[in-house]
Amino acid sequence: MATTVSPPRPRSTERDQAFVHTRRVNIGKLLGRVLFWLLIAFILVYTLFPFYWAIVSSLTFDSQLFNTPASYWPSKLDWSHYQYIFRNNDFLLALRNSTIVSVSTVAIALALGAIGAYALGRLRFRGRTIALYVILSMTMFPAVAILGSLFQMIRGDWLLHTPNIYNTLTALIVTYLTFTLPFTVWVLTNFFMAMPGELEEAALVDGAGPFRVFWQILLPLALPGLVTTGLLAFIAAWNEFLFALTFTNSADARTVQVAISQFAGRTQFDQPYANRMAASVVVTLPLIILVLIFQRRILAGLTTGAVKG
Amino acid sequence: MSEVGIEVAPLPASTKRGSAWAAPAGAIGRSRERLGWLLILPSLVVVVIVALFPLFETFRLSLTNTRLASAREPRFVGFANYEALLAATSPFWGALRNTLEFTIASVALETILGMIVALVIHSNFKGRGMVRAAILVPWAIPTVVSASMWQWMYHDVFGVINDLLVNRLHILDQKVAWLANPATALPAIIAVDVWKTTPFMALLLLAGLQVIPGDVYEASTVDGANKWQQFWQITLPLIRPALLVALIFRTLDAFRVFDVIYVMKGEASETISLAVLARRELIGNAKLGAGSAISVLIFLCIAALVVLYTRMVRVEEL
Repeated sequence: MATTVSPPRPRSTERDQAFVHTRRVNIGKLLGRVLFWLLIAFILVYTLFPFYWAIVSSLTFDSQLFNTPASYWPSKLDWSHYQYIFRNNDFLLALRNSTIVSVSTVAIALALGAIGAYALGRLRFRGRTIALYVILSMTMFPAVAILGSLFQMIRGDWLLHTPNIYNTLTALIVTYLTFTLPFTVWVLTNFFMAMPGELEEAALVDGAGPFRVFWQILLPLALPGLVTTGLLAFIAAWNEFLFALTFTNSADARTVQVAISQFAGRTQFDQPYANRMAASVVVTLPLIILVLIFQRRILAGLTTGAVKG
Repeated sequence: MSEVGIEVAPLPASTKRGSAWAAPAGAIGRSRERLGWLLILPSLVVVVIVALFPLFETFRLSLTNTRLASAREPRFVGFANYEALLAATSPFWGALRNTLEFTIASVALETILGMIVALVIHSNFKGRGMVRAAILVPWAIPTVVSASMWQWMYHDVFGVINDLLVNRLHILDQKVAWLANPATALPAIIAVDVWKTTPFMALLLLAGLQVIPGDVYEASTVDGANKWQQFWQITLPLIRPALLVALIFRTLDAFRVFDVIYVMKGEASETISLAVLARRELIGNAKLGAGSAISVLIFLCIAALVVLYTRMVRVEEL
């Protein structure tokens, strides 16, 4: 009987197997990378498109604004909306008011906050912990809880019968301290605490008193922290809406946020969207530029005290 | 065996974090303490006048029937305002429902999206700085501006969202009146808030991610863990403190929402939040008593969350 021996089946060698495995892993990796970059593209579009659209709308001719389908890239730029808002006295007044209020309230908050933070951050005294708790709680204080009482106090209808400062910038500057002051104290306290003690000690050994140490050593060192805190507080004051809406009723004292929210047309059908977008861009662009310039500092300031590590 | 007592000297003050003047005894110590109080006093005075006193006033007013800017003598009415507020037909319940829906949905979405964005930025890739800069843009935009922009995007006839969904991508058949339709109004507003605040969550979570040492991941890779396992068993537990702080912070922020709702829908009942309702009663209806009752309730909810938050941050350790 003849037995036939069939030739051995070609067996995949280990090298072949490794090759196939690598091919599979490479495809998997490729897919992963593609998805990753898609995700990044999506994040970029999601975060940036609305502002892009506001800019585009602000530069679009009224006649084309209501085109359907909408055009995403304007062929011709219309600057008339920007001309309109910069010729609008109420808007210019609102810009001035916002600037005055924000700068003033931040200046006061920084001055009081810096010395308070120095005490909380570098000195030990009884009641320090309670003060820290109070300050931290105040940073999350709901403004609406005191809206009515503040309204009465602003009009002078309260215990101390102060003059009526309704519809003035002073009212806003003072009430904004509700959130700017605790914020500056809290962030600066963390900042002062993180500063090394050697410089102070050297100065103390040399016989310097606490005021000199503060003015000539700590304050210059704290300058970057003051700038960051001031910037964040400024942004918070600039963006504030509830108090500005409630404590003002004329263009003399209105801030820019209220002005934008009230950019209404004369009739129900008159919707000045392009003008409103132009105003929005003007009000926001400086903020965005500031935030991008001071990115790192802002990120550090935002997470101070919120994340312990 | 006799006990060997080793006296451990307390650490000298200068090696403690920063402070050079801890616990000097005697007159110098007392004058330092006076100085400390002197420096913090102005800030505390301002806080008392501008925040704590008005808060006390709000509590007091809620027990009266005071009217805003009125010559009528107010009367003490006890809890009458609260009874009216919590009655079945009171607008309070609608506002509470809207506020809770807003808070839960916003915070949940912001946390999930924020986590994704944080993980993306945390991984090393070219252009990472640009992405981190890009996500700061929604954060920097004022809430009123953001509401105005989205209001225009949501326009039922000429808005770009309807244009995209209906004309370009053909996902929907008909344009939707996102804000006018009561069913879609609150979700639409939630989407705006999510857009605006996800960057903040992402940054908080990113800070938490960056504290995790890389060795932990390396060790787990050696043990054969894949990315999914690494996330659930290493990243999430280690990021828990940052996550909790961010959650509490955002929750109490969302609970007092005012700007975005007022700008986009005014006082419409399908979207009215507790804060908008409070203002309507206080200023619109000039009912200082009733409005203050709402304010007190808002404050108590937020206070509970604040207590939770301050315990997490652990002020004593500062």
